[in-house]
Amino acid sequence: MPQVVRSGDYDLDLEELQIEGEGDRMTLSVGPHHPSTHGVLRVVLEIEGERIVKATPEVGFLHTGIEKTAENLTWQQAITVIDRMDYLAPLSNNLGYVLAVEKLLGLEVPPRARILRLLFTELQRMASHLLWLGTTALDIGSQSVLMYAFDLREGILDLFEEASGARMNPSYFRVGGIARDIPDGFEDMCRRFLDRVPERIREIRNILDENPIWLDRLKGVGVISAEDAIAWGVTGPNLRACGVPYDVRKAFPYAGYDEFEFDVPVGENGDCYDRYLVRMEELMESYRLCRQALARLPRGPVVVDDRKIVLPPKHEVRQSMEALIHHFKLVSYGFDVPAGEVYQALESPRGEIGFYVVSNGKNKPWRVRVRGPAFYNVFAMPVMMQGSLLADMVAIIATVDPVFGEVDR
Amino acid sequence: MVSAYTDVLIFFLVGAAFVALNLTIGRLFRPHNPYPEKLTPYECGEIPVGEGQAPFNIRYYIFALLFVVFDVEVVFLFPWAVVLRELGMYAFVLMVIFLFMLVDGLVYAWKKGVLRWV
Amino acid sequence: MDTVGLVLARSLILAVALASLFAGMTVIERKMLGYFHLRLGPTRTGPWGLLQPVADGIKAIVKEDIIPRDADRLVFRLAPIISVFTALAAWAVIPVGPPVNIGGLTIPLGVADPPGGVLVAVAFAALSVYGVTLAGWASQSKYSLLGSLRASAQLISYELAMGLSLLGVLMLAGSLRLTEIVAAQERLPFILLQPLGFVIYFLAALAESARVPFDLPEAETELVSGYSTEYSGMRFAMFMMAEYIHMITASSLVTLLYLGGWNGPVFLPPVVWFLVKLGFLLFVFIWLRATMVRLRYDRLMDLGWKVLLPLAILNLVATAVITVFVA
Repeated sequence: MPQVVRSGDYDLDLEELQIEGEGDRMTLSVGPHHPSTHGVLRVVLEIEGERIVKATPEVGFLHTGIEKTAENLTWQQAITVIDRMDYLAPLSNNLGYVLAVEKLLGLEVPPRARILRLLFTELQRMASHLLWLGTTALDIGSQSVLMYAFDLREGILDLFEEASGARMNPSYFRVGGIARDIPDGFEDMCRRFLDRVPERIREIRNILDENPIWLDRLKGVGVISAEDAIAWGVTGPNLRACGVPYDVRKAFPYAGYDEFEFDVPVGENGDCYDRYLVRMEELMESYRLCRQALARLPRGPVVVDDRKIVLPPKHEVRQSMEALIHHFKLVSYGFDVPAGEVYQALESPRGEIGFYVVSNGKNKPWRVRVRGPAFYNVFAMPVMMQGSLLADMVAIIATVDPVFGEVDR
Repeated sequence: MVSAYTDVLIFFLVGAAFVALNLTIGRLFRPHNPYPEKLTPYECGEIPVGEGQAPFNIRYYIFALLFVVFDVEVVFLFPWAVVLRELGMYAFVLMVIFLFMLVDGLVYAWKKGVLRWV
Repeated sequence: MDTVGLVLARSLILAVALASLFAGMTVIERKMLGYFHLRLGPTRTGPWGLLQPVADGIKAIVKEDIIPRDADRLVFRLAPIISVFTALAAWAVIPVGPPVNIGGLTIPLGVADPPGGVLVAVAFAALSVYGVTLAGWASQSKYSLLGSLRASAQLISYELAMGLSLLGVLMLAGSLRLTEIVAAQERLPFILLQPLGFVIYFLAALAESARVPFDLPEAETELVSGYSTEYSGMRFAMFMMAEYIHMITASSLVTLLYLGGWNGPVFLPPVVWFLVKLGFLLFVFIWLRATMVRLRYDRLMDLGWKVLLPLAILNLVATAVITVFVA
């Protein structure tokens, strides 16, 4: 449409000046090979200038068939593939799956194992949120914060390595407890790490919270209303940023969370800035939980006393025939799980991750279906992106915090 | 004695030679192995939809128009600024009137809401 | 007497010096960013990673030169040339010190010192946006196109404020010749007389050299690599070179216009003073990169038109009043 110039007063009508028509829209494919799609998301954008008219996320580039693979592994082996789903929070996946199987078996793990699990999942949440913080800051242009956040996360990975021998995919939890007890000196190492946390977080927040450009890039960007968020199945920090105080740890406590003191931070506006604030507060809540868990860590066994499910200790295997048989049976065949189906949800760093596990009484799961929170969060992104700029898209993808290992499974 | 601007010209020639050297030196070493996939414009690993030079809605068109007007006005200010001290009051008053018109234009555009991201 | 030979010699020395400064800047920036980031930066190439630019250079030279299928081949080849050439050209008029006397010959420390020096320098610095815009346009790639559009959006945001704040300096100095502007600052550097003008000019210079927080045309996390997405090998390196030389040019101009150029207490020779100030400004550029996040480009326009431009006009009027009524 041509420029509208009325006689007398040169009244430029901005809305009319906008040139309409199909030809002025550009279809831009962002991803899968793009620096800020956090893995392999593809967003097909229709843009006018740099304003997004329509955004369509496309997933599936990282499909690994984890759920199907799990059906062909024994109950205990399946933990290792479940680990690799949400690769930034493998221990949360572990915990969900393990709790589901234990529910089927009717097992109750010893208190030390329960509290260690809680400690490790909260450390994992901190690691995940730190990585999120770093990559978000990088997407918006600050390399320094990326490095500072990764430096802190490194401390957590060192702790994982110390306890389980692996940094990225620890597979530390087992049906019936945890793989092995924490080594000597681990608690001190953990305390030393936790001592560094508040100071470093404060430092990072000083860099970001007082930077007007940072606030400008996040405030009022990518808004989603609480109703929309619920309708799209958004959970986790993204939902809480809209003001809905839903946290599985409080709503349906598991793994002994009801015995611990922690708050659920909520936002108000559901914009990128609130998502940032909620995650930063959650980091500190996880820190509190870790402190409490360390203070209350009891002595005792870390696995259930059931030789049909948990491997016997090595020294017994060398001396006792019965133990050797148990060992052989567990390693080669595994154990049977009574037929039935359970759903176990828990709060992963990205939201409600649910494990729907079905057993037909055999030594392998009949079906493991995962409700990945990031999957639902990704598909709420078009709502947030509507009408925003290309630069905002980057902030939105970053603050929604998708992990494509989990989205595509 | 050569004029100062001739010196500038000589430097331009040196600069041009420098650029040309940079670009030709690689010709001796670099491989040359194009194939269709390599020559596709980058679009995140996907086959591009539409053209790279499609008609495009430039949102800052009005800014650009204003810029042209204002920039020309600023050019008039340069000689004035240099000799202001010698010319004194007279030039000052004249230029304040000129500047007033410039500011007036800016205020008008601002009030009309043109200085807004469409 | 200034002969053609002498000018040629000075030109060659300057071109080589700028190229080495560019190479040095790349490694110094990476090292310094490394320390800002709690890491080491390059360490593998030579002692302390100092040979990194050599490695980068070799890599740029032996890389295949890819020209996309649909690209406008002529413009595509021309764009990096324009970029580097305009960045270099501004140096034709930038002096680095007062003339020196060697064996009875008075040699100016700069290629030329024409009466309109400032205009030439500023004009060529501004022209560099053509390289970027044409590169994005000729690539026939959407990301490049968006990058080049952002580059021109950026230009129209800062250029006016830059020109207007520069006028304050010209009024105080009463000359367009860079050596005379520096001479006018013998007692007081203009930063003290023009603090507001300095801030505006510095921000504009930052935007002109497309550095964080104004690195919108390339914005690697949004536009992949913006205007230079389709470039490879030496042509890509030329854009990098242009960016760094530009940064050096902008810092030198700020030094000459506001920081008193080579004026300084006598314990250091003038050229060293110039280099110290230049080095400090370059450090500020890197420092900002480590601290700031990227501006959104509609906000850049707001900043340029609604904050910097009115402030620059205010500064201009205030300076004019002082020049006419006080001086």
